[in-house]
Amino acid sequence: MPQSAEKILDHAPLFREPEYRQMLAEKRLNFECPHPDQIVTDQREYTKSWEYREKNLAREALVVNPAKACQPLGAVFAAAGFERTMSFVHGSQGCVAYYRSHLSRHFKEPSSAVSSSMTEDAAVFGGLKNMVDGLANTYTLYDPKMIAVSTTCMAEVIGDDLHGFIENAKNEGSVPPDFDVPFAHTPAFVGSHVDGYDVMVKGVLEHFWKGQERKASGGTINIIPGFDGFCVGNNRELKRLLDLIGVSYNFIQDASDQFDTPSDGMYRMYDGGTKIEDVKAALNAEATLSLQHYNTRKTLEYCKEVGQATASFHYPLGVKATDEFLMKVSEISGKDIPGAIGMERGRLVDAMADSQAWLHGKKYAIYGDPDFVYAVARFVMETGGEPTHCLATNGTSAWEAEMKELLQSSPFGKDGQVWAGKDLWAMRSLLFTEPVDLLIGNSYGKYLERDTGTPLIRLMFPIFDRHHHHRFPLMGYQGGLRVLTAILDKIFDKLDRETSEPGVTDYSFDLTR
Amino acid sequence: MSLDHENDGALNEKLIQQVLSQYPDKAAKRRKKHLSVAKSGDESGKEGEILSECDVKSNIKSIPGVMTIRGCAYAGSKGVVWGPVKDMVHISHGPVGCGQYSWSQRRNYYVGTTGIDTFVTLQFTSDFQEKDIVFGGDKKLEKLIDEIEELFPLNNGISIQSECPIGLIGDDIEAVSRKKAQEHEKTIVPVRCEGFRGVSQSLGHHIANDSIRDWVLDKAEVEFEAGPYDINIIGDYNIGGDAWATRILLEEVGLRVVGNWSGDATLAEVERAPKAKLNLIHCYRSMNYICRHMEEKYGIPWMEYNFFGPSQIEASLRKIAKHFGPAIEDKTEAVIAKYRRLVDAVIDKYYPRLQGKTVMLYVGGLRPRHVITAYEDLGMEIVGTGYEFGHNDDYQRTGHYVKEGTLIYDDVTGYELEKFIEGIRPDLVGSGIKEKYPVQKMGIPFRQMHSWDYSGPYHGYDGFAIFARDMDLAINSPVWDLYDAPWKKKAGPPMALAAE
Repeated sequence: MPQSAEKILDHAPLFREPEYRQMLAEKRLNFECPHPDQIVTDQREYTKSWEYREKNLAREALVVNPAKACQPLGAVFAAAGFERTMSFVHGSQGCVAYYRSHLSRHFKEPSSAVSSSMTEDAAVFGGLKNMVDGLANTYTLYDPKMIAVSTTCMAEVIGDDLHGFIENAKNEGSVPPDFDVPFAHTPAFVGSHVDGYDVMVKGVLEHFWKGQERKASGGTINIIPGFDGFCVGNNRELKRLLDLIGVSYNFIQDASDQFDTPSDGMYRMYDGGTKIEDVKAALNAEATLSLQHYNTRKTLEYCKEVGQATASFHYPLGVKATDEFLMKVSEISGKDIPGAIGMERGRLVDAMADSQAWLHGKKYAIYGDPDFVYAVARFVMETGGEPTHCLATNGTSAWEAEMKELLQSSPFGKDGQVWAGKDLWAMRSLLFTEPVDLLIGNSYGKYLERDTGTPLIRLMFPIFDRHHHHRFPLMGYQGGLRVLTAILDKIFDKLDRETSEPGVTDYSFDLTR
Repeated sequence: MSLDHENDGALNEKLIQQVLSQYPDKAAKRRKKHLSVAKSGDESGKEGEILSECDVKSNIKSIPGVMTIRGCAYAGSKGVVWGPVKDMVHISHGPVGCGQYSWSQRRNYYVGTTGIDTFVTLQFTSDFQEKDIVFGGDKKLEKLIDEIEELFPLNNGISIQSECPIGLIGDDIEAVSRKKAQEHEKTIVPVRCEGFRGVSQSLGHHIANDSIRDWVLDKAEVEFEAGPYDINIIGDYNIGGDAWATRILLEEVGLRVVGNWSGDATLAEVERAPKAKLNLIHCYRSMNYICRHMEEKYGIPWMEYNFFGPSQIEASLRKIAKHFGPAIEDKTEAVIAKYRRLVDAVIDKYYPRLQGKTVMLYVGGLRPRHVITAYEDLGMEIVGTGYEFGHNDDYQRTGHYVKEGTLIYDDVTGYELEKFIEGIRPDLVGSGIKEKYPVQKMGIPFRQMHSWDYSGPYHGYDGFAIFARDMDLAINSPVWDLYDAPWKKKAGPPMALAAE
């Protein structure tokens, strides 16, 4: 009997005990009707081949292990960045359970959102009644300052009209006439979560800015971060930098407190977020800067329409990307970048110089959201690394072109390949046929690490199987230092593992590296 | 080891009134039917008799805007019933999200070479785009199945898990399935589990059961020499290895488990099921349908059992053994005796640390009642329980488990659960990921009771030891004493026991 009260074995060790091994072997032999081992081995080897890769990359209909989610997830995340705002997703209710779980599993935090719980009758007659009742219930039970409405694909397929429905609900007294109910149509069959983020933020801005007169206030800057699983660390870091410069700014869509509430005995359904007054005032800003271009294309267009200057970045991380962001802030605000920030920059460069020998020529595969992949590829090249595979399932042709331009700008990128629209099963073939030293992505990459042996560094949403990384910044010089350290740790850990066999490889088990 | 305690029914009645008073009238009227306090039953204490009556309305539509914790039919079919069948490819047919959010989240353990002959932890999707909505997705589905055959040739079958748009745009996935099944000589199962169908996961279970009946059973030639002690385990999804900790016991008492539905299952195990002598059903809610079908069509009896905690395991083993007669009964007594040492040692170790601790549960199909005795085996008391998607027959069965005065909540809303927990302040809450963090913020220990909080197995004797350890480490963690800053001192919770 493997189990004992003294040393309780859970699944990881328990099923490695002989009793269980034998049981599972017999189950397979007697009851599972498996393919013969040789056939399985042959197929496994075949999937590592160039021939398989060609077929794999030629897929037109099947998607396997995509690195993207659907629009409403982005909308729910976006709404979480505004003061006391409840997400109300119009359509089937299961979707909302999924968004909440997905966000909670990454942030290890509560995630609130409600559904209009449409079922078959609503599919036939439309979901107006669900909207009317739903808004009333949400308003009464959860005491929000704002309800941000988005949609599941069900409501989109049947063509529910959010604007009309919300008007109707207000007329029926579900919420007071002047209560803020911004909305965005977020069909899951268009774009990805980054687009859902975009249209929800735009929906909020339009709600407050439409019909208002803009009184430009010189030097004030709006910052929109984009969908970011590291918002907790990043937003705080950026605000610290902006405060150091002394610039006047509105951080629009700030979920850093919402997804990082303290444990002190009280559950806060809402915490932090951009204040509604600040959203209103943001109309008067001189410029709006987006930290993630592909998350904010429509929003920035709208900001431009209302008369603001706009600029967008690709997840400012590393030396030059942070430089550019700060220079832009300095340019718009007319404020100089203080010496303290110059010191921080110098410290990051110092760390990169200290470690450059370990990073030079290392090959990387990078996947994730378009701006993130751009940022990491750029930083990797700053460290002398080579981004061999850059993949974004939700990358567009514009992203592909921009990535290629980036790679061509450095000798370290000249052999780099860009894979827009491909998934992680395609990445598997790429890693087998053109291997790299390190894989950078999120938790889903662990299957690639298992199959191909490529060490994985988790730097992007969602991270389910490691805790708390998102509480530290990746953006800015401080963030760059963190990314640098994460990469180096992975390299040193691997080297130590490979040189740790006593008397065989441990001549290289150096104390100082 | 049933405990003599009564819950504070009066307090619970008051809590119900308080939460209802906060709803708009229309919603309050509807929610009222889902909340109650268990009334005294006819008799109490004796095995098989009803301890209390849990009279609530269930399996009806959730109210819009109240933050139901429920999922959808797709979650019930792909996520629960079909997803664990390991040698088949399960296509999340429709937009990308549903498959993405449910990818690898149920911890249905399996043995196999993932991506080669086993496919549970891959996300296959047709990733619908606008043009698929406008022009229909059948052509894409055909091509997609061909691509699966080319790239994953060792799959033994395919299921098509419909997401919301499929049923709305009028796709004919049944026709595609028939055509492609013939072409590739494979089992292809269309499942109409669109998320808007029904009121929760529950209809998805039912639809998935029906699709097994209509598209799998009796469809392929099954070569198998049946034996006198052949059984199927039905409704064990092998979460964290539950079905393995179950199987090892059933084999030890002399039974032959010829199929496990559906954790760690191959299609062959599903096809073979009608040849068994008895269906043992653990998750009644999600798979009673197919058991009833097999009883009607093949004359296979079915029996509910409960492998949480030693009291229920012993009772279940004896009940099962009785069905097969003296040979199995003798072995069963030997097995019970063999594990008694482990059980006693576990209880000796943890009972003093957990005695009298109160627990509130809110889970899915079977656990709101099935785990109750396991807690009681450790000296703990259940003060409230409820189902996300239970039916009337689940609440009837719950009466066999809960004491008078227990708070009962069906399809609880985020608001209600928070207020109930605040009002009762139990020593432990067992529920899901969405509930975990709000509860912990309040300083109340929590265990996820869907995923076993990444631990497990909890079934069987081996699982009970882990269950006891986990409840202890949650309740007696030193972290709960750190919540109050010393400069803001107020009366804290009683000191937790030191970790062992």
